[in-house]
Amino acid sequence: MKKRVYSQSGDRIETVDPVSVRRYGPWTRGNHWLTAGCLVLLLVSGLSFFHPSLYFLSGLFGGGQTARMLHPWIGVVLFLSFLVLFLRMVRLNLPTREDGVWLSQPGKVLAAKEEELPEMGKYNGAQKIVFWAMTGLIIVLIISGIMMWEQYFDGLVTIPTRRIATITHSIAAVLIICVFIVHVYAAIWTRGTIRAMTRGTVTGGWAFKHHRKWLRELARLDRAGPAK
Amino acid sequence: MTAATPPTTARSNPPVEQLESYFGPQDLVRRSATLDQPAPERELTKVAKLIDVTRCIGCKACQSACIEWNDTHPEMEDFAGSYMNPHDLTPEMFTLMRFTEWENPETNQLEWLIRKDGCMHCEDPGCLKACPAPGAIVQYSNGIVDFIHENCIGCGYCVSGCPFDIPRVSKVTNVAYKCTLCSDRVAVGQGPACAKACPTECISFGTKDDMKAQAEERIAELKSRGFENAGLYDPDGVGGTHVMYVLHHADKPEVYAGLPAEPRISPVVETWKGVTKYLGLAAIGAMAVGTTLHGLMGRANKVSHEDEEKAEDLVETEEGTKR
Repeated sequence: MKKRVYSQSGDRIETVDPVSVRRYGPWTRGNHWLTAGCLVLLLVSGLSFFHPSLYFLSGLFGGGQTARMLHPWIGVVLFLSFLVLFLRMVRLNLPTREDGVWLSQPGKVLAAKEEELPEMGKYNGAQKIVFWAMTGLIIVLIISGIMMWEQYFDGLVTIPTRRIATITHSIAAVLIICVFIVHVYAAIWTRGTIRAMTRGTVTGGWAFKHHRKWLRELARLDRAGPAK
Repeated sequence: MTAATPPTTARSNPPVEQLESYFGPQDLVRRSATLDQPAPERELTKVAKLIDVTRCIGCKACQSACIEWNDTHPEMEDFAGSYMNPHDLTPEMFTLMRFTEWENPETNQLEWLIRKDGCMHCEDPGCLKACPAPGAIVQYSNGIVDFIHENCIGCGYCVSGCPFDIPRVSKVTNVAYKCTLCSDRVAVGQGPACAKACPTECISFGTKDDMKAQAEERIAELKSRGFENAGLYDPDGVGGTHVMYVLHHADKPEVYAGLPAEPRISPVVETWKGVTKYLGLAAIGAMAVGTTLHGLMGRANKVSHEDEEKAEDLVETEEGTKR
């Protein structure tokens, strides 16, 4: 079997007429949704501490005390869950020369003129940016978060350091919410994407339009799915 | 029930009849995490506690009185080379005599400095600014800064906010504690327990103006006895405090177990609680509105029928080349 360059083991063409491509297996999808669920819970509980006008959100957790108690633990779960996702996806998210060309023409990207852009592997430049932004921000959030975790780490750092950790945590949180919005919106705007994380497959047309190099490689590889 | 009269001293004995508290929630000037706190209708006379460090003998009667009045149970600790016990403020110890052995470089004399540490009741309280829980920290117009424990969520933001390192969060109740200036005693016309217990009149309590006047007299006396740098510690950086010190070396407060010379709410805390909030919410809002508008007005990135056909062609050709 040939070496995979643009695809992950498990990615395969499942049917040929019409073409249907397996993009994410059940474990990856579960991993993704666990991370996503944690992020949403962290966002809601975190925002309640961020601004008085959003404090009511802590009611969803049973009050401020419970929200304060749960928030860091959910953060730990997210960190571990994302770590697995990271290890699974990092190889295909390493930047390539084509990403630069692709990213240098945001006009064409936003106008969905992908035929005028270089062919992409499993992830395009923007998806890689989301991946690395999430990675960087989650590292910043977990480190600064532990520094301000009063219940267990109150003496870990000095108070001046803790102040810096707190402001860093809130700025990183704002940024990750923005990245989250971009991520969700991109999945909605690019029709046919969400099923990759629900059913696990995408249509051939989707793969052809957005990730042709990935599709090409899968087609070259042995098909593990049912015969035509 | 008649209302108590605001206390002007800690010396008076408690009244026999039951009195109603002379201030309450209607006198709040600040309330944590509350955007539209209405200004109170009346303004109470500012109160203050004056701690004359130069008179302190380190007997810890104030600590005992504090424990007794607040019904706290500080842990018994070991001797660690200093009379200071416990070794730090704790959720069960709201005030602490900090002992410093300081060699005065001018006189080459060893000076034993004893400062009663505890909440300074800042006019501009950093704890209250940092607090995310509505009504967990309040400030009354008489100057008392109080923690309302049932609203506290135990996050420890007050610890970051305080310029004096005072609040302590309990591992048992997950709630922050500090000196209340005996708000419950003051409310019924009594001075704080520590001031009442002090045997050397080192701790006094009354209106802030009275306490300042009393401090001036004492400072003049100290100066006449050779303490040229004697002075009052009522730092402007936090808008003044409602716990003030008379210091023999007011020019270098740090020698008193690190009393900050120019305390103020950290600029990091100010930025975090100020511009970060507005810019942050604005950024999130802009992202949400921007993507929604793009979603409604813009064209979706759709896969066409041709794309599907081309995909089939591609798959067939590629597989063909392989065979």
